[in-house]
Amino acid sequence: MVDADARLRDAVAAGVLADDATHAALLGSIVQVARAIFHARAASVLLLDEAAGELVFEAVVGEGEDTLVGQRFPASKGIAGWVLNTRQPLVLADVTADPRFSADTAASTGYVPRGIMAVPLLHGEEALGVLEVLDRPADARFSMEEVDLLGLFGIQAAAALALIRRARLAASALGDGGGDLRALGRIASRLAERGDDRTVAAFLESLDALLAQAPG
Amino acid sequence: MSAPAAEESLPAYAVDRTAVQQLRGARAWPAGVTREWALGGSTGRGARVCVVDSGIEAGHPRVGEVTTAMAVSIVDDEVVIEPDTEGDLCGHGTACAGIIRQIAPDCELASVRVLGEGFVGSGPVLVAGLRWAIGQGYDVINMSLSTTKHKFVEELHDLADAAYFRRSIVVASAHNMPVASYPWRFSSVISVASHELDDPLAYYRNPDPPVEFFARGVDVSVAWTGGVSMRSTGNSFATPHITGICALIRGKHPDLTPAEVKTLLGLTAANAGADGG
Repeated sequence: MVDADARLRDAVAAGVLADDATHAALLGSIVQVARAIFHARAASVLLLDEAAGELVFEAVVGEGEDTLVGQRFPASKGIAGWVLNTRQPLVLADVTADPRFSADTAASTGYVPRGIMAVPLLHGEEALGVLEVLDRPADARFSMEEVDLLGLFGIQAAAALALIRRARLAASALGDGGGDLRALGRIASRLAERGDDRTVAAFLESLDALLAQAPG
Repeated sequence: MSAPAAEESLPAYAVDRTAVQQLRGARAWPAGVTREWALGGSTGRGARVCVVDSGIEAGHPRVGEVTTAMAVSIVDDEVVIEPDTEGDLCGHGTACAGIIRQIAPDCELASVRVLGEGFVGSGPVLVAGLRWAIGQGYDVINMSLSTTKHKFVEELHDLADAAYFRRSIVVASAHNMPVASYPWRFSSVISVASHELDDPLAYYRNPDPPVEFFARGVDVSVAWTGGVSMRSTGNSFATPHITGICALIRGKHPDLTPAEVKTLLGLTAANAGADGG
């Protein structure tokens, strides 16, 4: 018997999703290039977990790359919080001067950078997360050009994060959590038990035609 | 939708012959406006300035006294505005306040905090903060932030107009990225982006709006939480330079409308061809 549920899952996955490894590689390459361009000690992408109100390290290169991925902190405070909430980039030197920032950062990440460039990852009206570039050379003065460049990186990283978020939502719908795709999978599975692929195809085509005619 | 902060209850928008004779400002503009006439000798004394941001660290050596500090929050879907007991949760509002204080040392500074716990992406908090500031009648309102959410555009637009008609000058930061955000794009506010020069009083008019003015915004020494200073870059920091300059103008010419202050900024900008520098 053909496992139509699995085939549907595979088909949707192949058509819509990349796997986690590909996503990690995509984000990893973005932070690596960002770090290289700005000659920084570290770069990271943080994703907003809206339900928890937290920012989560998704990709890290350089200082902290072995320990930071998966770590979380409140999305309403600090420099990353300001950038996320106001959707504006922020470039700061010598953040170690701020005792509160240093203490919070050291406690949560074990690494206190001196300088931060942070840009919101905007997808339409939403802020999906923050891209941070940490510790550029001490004598490097910021220019408008660099701020613009950081913004461009932010747009690229946001596109990647949007894909990943969409993939995770789809994966969740196909998994044990239920949802429309799961139900569709069950229908396809029952049809497969009753006949050959042509019956399944005919049913899906007629369903498609019906949906096309249905009022939005 | 709730009403704008204020609608003046005027009986009619027309004047009779006698009233026309009384239509004059407190002083006449000179034939050739100079920066000296606009703000020379002013310390911002008499001007009330409000910073809508992450809060202000009162008592910071570069900020000094903050006369009023409020915080906006949402409790059970209701907007609550109450005295701010937490101060600056980021450092950004303190940075803006320090720049304003540097330029207009004797202005009155107030804070309304629109960031904080549970505020993630909350447009209503930003709108409520601006509404409160307009309702308090501040001379100048610094907004080094914006919202990208289109559903708040109409309400923000009404508020910006309400401020304009109530003589509150809203100085708003242009976005640093190529995205649509508000309120800086409204013509009733003064919008600001950065230039790379190091002079805090160097401002330029932009002949190609929507951004209307450029001020110092790159590698600026700013006040930050913990009583410290650091260097920072962004339109966020260009904006309070123009806010401070508006406070100087308002301190010297309290009767000028927002439109007149904007005109004066344009006439005294470094690229205006006058004596701007």
